[in-house]
Amino acid sequence: MIEEKKEMKEKKPKIPRQQMPEQDPHKRARNFQEVTYGFTEDLSSTEALRCIQCKNPLCIDGCPVTINIREFIKKIKEGDILGAAKVIKKSNLFPAICGRVCPQEDQCEAVCVVGKKGEPVAIGRLERYVADYEAEHGTFEMPEMLPKTGKKVAIVGSGPAGLSCAGDLIKMGYDVTIFEALHKAGGVLVYGIPEFRLPKLIVKRELDYLEKLGVEIRLNHIIGKIRTVDELMQRDGYHAVFLANGAGLPQFMNIPGENLNGVYSSNEFLTRSNLMKAYQFPEYDTPIKRFKNVAVIGGGNTAMDSVRTALRLGADNAYIIYRRSRDEMPARKEEIHHAEHEGVKFILLTAPVRVIGNEKGWVTGLECVKMELGEPDATGRRRPVPIKGSEFIMNLDAIIVAIGTNANPLVAQTTPGLELSKWGYIIVDDEKTCRTSKKGVFAGGDIVTGGATVILAMGAGRKAAKSIDEYLKTV
Amino acid sequence: MNEIREKKVWWPDPPAIKEFVVKSPWIAEKHRAGQFVILRVSDNGERIPLTISDSNIEDGTINILFQEVGATTMALGRLNEGDKINDLTGPLGRPTHIEKYGTVVCVGGGIGVAPVHPIARALKASGNRVISILGARTRGILIYEDLMRKTSDEVRITTDDGTYGRHGFVTDELKEMIKSGMKIDLVVAIGPPIMMKMVCKVTEPYKIFTYASLNTIMVDGTGMCGACRVTVGGKTKFVCVDGPEFDGHQVDFDEMMARLRQYVEEEKIAREICQKNTCGVK
Ligand SMILES: Cc1cc2nc3c(=O)[nH]c(=O)nc-3n(C[C@H](O)[C@H](O)[C@H](O)COP(=O)(O)OP(=O)(O)OC[C@H]3O[C@@H](n4cnc5c(N)ncnc54)[C@H](O)[C@@H]3O)c2cc1C
Ligand SMILES: Cc1cc2nc3c(=O)[nH]c(=O)nc-3n(C[C@H](O)[C@H](O)[C@H](O)COP(=O)(O)OP(=O)(O)OC[C@H]3O[C@@H](n4cnc5c(N)ncnc54)[C@H](O)[C@@H]3O)c2cc1C
Ligand code: SF4
Ligand code: SF4
Ligand code: FES
Repeated sequence: MIEEKKEMKEKKPKIPRQQMPEQDPHKRARNFQEVTYGFTEDLSSTEALRCIQCKNPLCIDGCPVTINIREFIKKIKEGDILGAAKVIKKSNLFPAICGRVCPQEDQCEAVCVVGKKGEPVAIGRLERYVADYEAEHGTFEMPEMLPKTGKKVAIVGSGPAGLSCAGDLIKMGYDVTIFEALHKAGGVLVYGIPEFRLPKLIVKRELDYLEKLGVEIRLNHIIGKIRTVDELMQRDGYHAVFLANGAGLPQFMNIPGENLNGVYSSNEFLTRSNLMKAYQFPEYDTPIKRFKNVAVIGGGNTAMDSVRTALRLGADNAYIIYRRSRDEMPARKEEIHHAEHEGVKFILLTAPVRVIGNEKGWVTGLECVKMELGEPDATGRRRPVPIKGSEFIMNLDAIIVAIGTNANPLVAQTTPGLELSKWGYIIVDDEKTCRTSKKGVFAGGDIVTGGATVILAMGAGRKAAKSIDEYLKTV
Repeated sequence: MNEIREKKVWWPDPPAIKEFVVKSPWIAEKHRAGQFVILRVSDNGERIPLTISDSNIEDGTINILFQEVGATTMALGRLNEGDKINDLTGPLGRPTHIEKYGTVVCVGGGIGVAPVHPIARALKASGNRVISILGARTRGILIYEDLMRKTSDEVRITTDDGTYGRHGFVTDELKEMIKSGMKIDLVVAIGPPIMMKMVCKVTEPYKIFTYASLNTIMVDGTGMCGACRVTVGGKTKFVCVDGPEFDGHQVDFDEMMARLRQYVEEEKIAREICQKNTCGVK
């Protein structure tokens, strides 16, 4: 017994965090295939050994949907991968997506006990392995479905919040219709996050699953235009509505020259490339330009996705221009590293001042100013201030603005009685109930929180489903 | 849904002009003058905006009229009665602000006559005196003359080649009307950007309020991408959600025209593929 314990203690630290195999950076910088290949069976079982099965597993609290991480890793150790998938799916409907795009380093892995002295267990990668394994080897099993309640719920938006809410409600016995503005369901998962980070087949798989459960998805239906929320409830007979329409309104910088040809919002650039598949033009009809010198303004996931897309479209020079320093960049660390390995150049502590164009209306350059970090602002981050006289000009032929998004007002404008924050986000009484100021109307995801994460949006969708169920039992 | 109920070929030679009556009850019911749809012809198709030029609530149909200028409109033109449009979404944009202005001049250039039609009709129904000026390159491609006669108190026609009506441009006719001392309370102009720019130049010195309906490049049509942005009165506006109509005197037409030329090379490639018959409809 004592012997054994000793042996374990010695053995554990010897296993380093397993690296995930990935495409060669030079090659992948020119194609749209997925960057990482995922763990192999060996890698995953080795990585699983690193988990010490804590009595008090902190990792679970670090996960916004409280996946029983210890338990699913235990199943991996036992070689029961399908069993592991079952454990995960109790809390997270779309693990193949979260395993790929969650900012694990700020969530589950940030608090993993093993990470205190070394590198944390690669929870996200294990989750992805399990999900991919299940997709390949599992058979479709109808989950337990409660008897039909005869009540129906409309969901506005098919992003992660809307999808996860639909998945829960249908199992609770409600009829569920998702109304989606675009011609494809998935929200940011299909129009924003590129193929090389989240293959669209994976999203498709999850959508197919929901449709098998009986969720109806109505594409090309813009709520606020073709129907208002009130009409959905009064005319079409929906007993409750969940607003999950995201925060899709692009912000611009409001500097001179911003409407020149060659200046894009990241939303436009990514939508053209991902949703419309413009990187396969002319096989697909939507065009995109293959620029040579591209700068992306911003430091978040959207900025990284844009700059890496520009690179894959053939840019010789792809820059990130960010006004703070590297440590403050909100993007996932893994994406920053990947971008760097692929050849993206980071121009930090720099802010754009004015876009320069030629007589034909095309971008030729960007005037920037150097910044230094001053006093901390309301968010606790040190505020960047321009350094006088440090202006310089970069020669560019495209500029992609990825400085964040706001709430799209189409739904709010047409829904009287809906209380909004001063930025236009929908106010809910608390994030657990997702109840808005309007009876029978619930909201969650980015439209409540502002641009956040996939897993938080999914979490909100599940909370809303629970809350809608409680509400509908009383009416 | 989205089924083509009727097809009419207004002009067969390239660039052909065609009109569809499409089944779409929800859009038909919600549609107001000035609004448009976005459609895709096939699964690898581009999203393009087209104005709803007429609608019929009882039949649950809308009309779209288009000119085959590039890959998507050419692929669309190949569809026939009974076919379905892959994706159709709307009604998009803000409806035209309709009230009793007094005397209104509706100017439609080329296929711009079609989008002007529902606006003229709504203005007429609200008690305005509606005078329409319809412009075409030549008599054969003049569209919607009958419909416009029904919705207008007076119709004036101009052709570039003098085959019908006044020999000249819509702006010549408008100028003359203003110079004759006619009191005009509102002008609505829809047509090629250069025409709208010129109409605004004519009305500006007389301070006649002029709506121009802008036809920028669009992607989503919901305010999500900013592809459709224009400068109006020094501020950036999104045509798909803030428009498509704006105070024409405030619009930076030169910027808008430059933005419309963004993809000329790619459009050419796509058009050539389409002409070889290898694009679009599957
Ligand atoms: C480029 C990019 C990269 C990102 N990378 C990551 C990442 O790596 N990891 C991570 O955790 N998060 C990432 N995020 C953030 C994450 O994607 C979002 O927080 C999440 O998608 C929000 O989900 P949602 O369901 O609230 O809204 P969305 O995903 O925005 O979905 C909203 C849906 O509603 C539809 N809609 C809008 N208005 C209407 C209407 N009126 N009627 C009908 N439908 C409507 C929209 O078309 C859309 O499909 C990224 C975001 C972007 C833009
Ligand atoms: C709100 C709105 C309403 C519109 N209503 C109508 C309508 O009722 N009937 C109609 O025929 N067209 C209308 N248009 C224009 C129509 O959308 C374009 O003709 C169409 O997108 C062309 O697509 P394409 O692939 O066939 O040609 P492309 O290959 O995209 O373009 C071919 C040629 O058309 C020009 N062009 C491209 N996009 C536009 C555009 N958005 N507007 C004007 N010219 C363009 C290009 O510069 C090029 O010369 C409208 C546009 C908007 C924004
Ligand atoms: S969902 Fe995200 S936070 Fe939760 S365990 Fe998976 S990777 Fe970690
Ligand atoms: S905290 Fe880390 S080591 Fe502990 S159970 Fe969770 S994953 Fe395993
Ligand atoms: S078309 Fe995308 S915002 Fe107008």
